[in-house]
Amino acid sequence: MIPAGVSIEEIFLLAAALFVVLAIVMFYRAVAGPTTQDRLLAVNVLGTNTVVILALLAAGLDEPWFLDIALIYALLNFLMAVAISKFTVERGGVL
Amino acid sequence: MIEAARFWAIVVLVVAGLFFTFVSAVGVIRLPDIYARAHTASQTDTLGAGLALAAVALALGWQQASVYTVLLLFFVFITNPTAAHAIARSAAETGIEPVTADSATDDGSPDSGTGAPDRNSSEPDAGSDVDGGETA
Repeated sequence: MIPAGVSIEEIFLLAAALFVVLAIVMFYRAVAGPTTQDRLLAVNVLGTNTVVILALLAAGLDEPWFLDIALIYALLNFLMAVAISKFTVERGGVL
Repeated sequence: MIEAARFWAIVVLVVAGLFFTFVSAVGVIRLPDIYARAHTASQTDTLGAGLALAAVALALGWQQASVYTVLLLFFVFITNPTAAHAIARSAAETGIEPVTADSATDDGSPDSGTGAPDRNSSEPDAGSDVDGGETA
């Protein structure tokens, strides 16, 4: 029942391409967002998108070490969001 | 048979992940203020990422890489709403006013979120025109 000529790898690569298109669309908010928090939220969502794209490429290109990069990227993305939102509230403190 | 079920499960998960990420993109672009955007970023984007990562884990099968993927999935599920909450709270503590029914424009134009209060106060004529049209 699997359609002939379609492999799972191609589906993952096509999905990764569509996720890249959605990330480019979301980048509008990071450029045009009126407040700092708007830009920060857009960059955070873009980082989550990047993690998903890396995971899809890891499955689509059969390169499992992409998942290590995705894990580190997710950690740094969360740290970035919390650190900058703390910076915008307590400007001039430790951060 | 099992292979076909696994194939279609992966296709459904990827398409659902793409759909929810598309909803998240529409919300981040179109919603009027930072609080509504934080809402859509924390919920639909988390679900879309989770579904796509579940598809990847299902495709990789029983190996070490799928353990990494499931770990990534749990991590995204925990940290993405936490980050959106931190961003929304920092917006609240820096004094950004949410767009309410009083301050929003009647037609709900998408760029009303770009500093909604002063934009609406700068254009009182448009609102009064709409009100006149409704009463006539």
